[in-house]
Amino acid sequence: MDARRETEPAPTKNRTTTERKSDRELVVKRTFNAPARIVFEAWTKPELFKRWWVPKSMGVSLHSCELDVRTGGKYRLVFGNDASTQMEFFGRYIEVTPHSRIVWTNDEGGEGGAVTTVTFEEKGGQTLLVIHDFYPSKKAADEGSGSLDGMPETLEQLDELLVSLNAGVGRT
Amino acid sequence: MVQYERTRLDASFAALSDTTRRGVLEQLGRADASITQLAEKFDMTLTGMKKHVGVLELAGLVTTEKVGRVRTCKLGPRRLDEETAWIERYRQLWASRFDELDKIVEELKQKEIVNGRKKRD
Repeated sequence: MDARRETEPAPTKNRTTTERKSDRELVVKRTFNAPARIVFEAWTKPELFKRWWVPKSMGVSLHSCELDVRTGGKYRLVFGNDASTQMEFFGRYIEVTPHSRIVWTNDEGGEGGAVTTVTFEEKGGQTLLVIHDFYPSKKAADEGSGSLDGMPETLEQLDELLVSLNAGVGRT
Repeated sequence: MVQYERTRLDASFAALSDTTRRGVLEQLGRADASITQLAEKFDMTLTGMKKHVGVLELAGLVTTEKVGRVRTCKLGPRRLDEETAWIERYRQLWASRFDELDKIVEELKQKEIVNGRKKRD
C-alpha cells in the first residue's frame, strides 16, 4: 500500500513569499495542502518541529528543542555542533489558540526581540500560513534578532531603486 | 561570514541612503557617464560628485575607469545582484523549511487516513 503511494508524483511545491510590511514588520506566507489541524500539529510537537525547522542547507544541527506550546509556556532551541558554536533561542508563548494562532516572544536578543505571530487559515482543505514578525522599534527590525531574521533599514529604498533601474532599462 | 556580509551590506545601504547617490545609480543604469557629466547633470561641483562616486565605489555599487583624462563611471551590477540575493536567501530559508514541513504534513495526513480506516473497521 505504501509502496504504491511512493510512486505517485510529488505534489507541486507551493510558493513562499516574504515582504517587509513596514519599518517594524516582516511577513512570510505559504500555503499547505492540508487542513489547519495538521499544519498546527507539525508546528507544536517538538519531535515533528525539529525535523523541519532546521533544513539541511543551513549546515547546523538543532540538538535541543523544548517547546511547551500553551499560553504562558516557554520554548528553548539550542543550535550548534559543539559548545563554541552553540546558539540559543528562547522565549515564551503569549497566546496559543489550537489550529489557528500562536504568538511568541524572541527573548535571546534582549529588549530588541520581535514578537512572532503565526496564523493558520484553513480554506477548502488547504491552510494559508502567515508568519508575522513585529519588532519593538525600527532599529531592532533593522538589526534583526537572529542571523537572518532582520532586514536592513533601507531595503525599501533598494526596492525603489531596483524598480526604477528596471524601468530605466525598459525605456531605452 | 554572516558578519562580513553584513558589513558589506551596511556600506551598500549607507551609500543608497542619499538622494543624489540614488540618482547617480539611476543615471548610470541608463548609460555610463563621466564624473564631469554627472556633476553637470546633478548641478554639483566636480569635487562634490567625486565624493559621492567615491562612496558608491567603496560600496561596490559603481566602478570607475580612467581613460586618458576622463574618469568613466558605470554600475557595478554584481553588487546589486548580491543585495537581491541576500533577500532571496531569507525567502529560501523559509522555503526550504516549508518543503521539509510539507513532507511531515503529508505523513500526518496519511496517518489520519489510516487511523480513520481503522476506526471504521
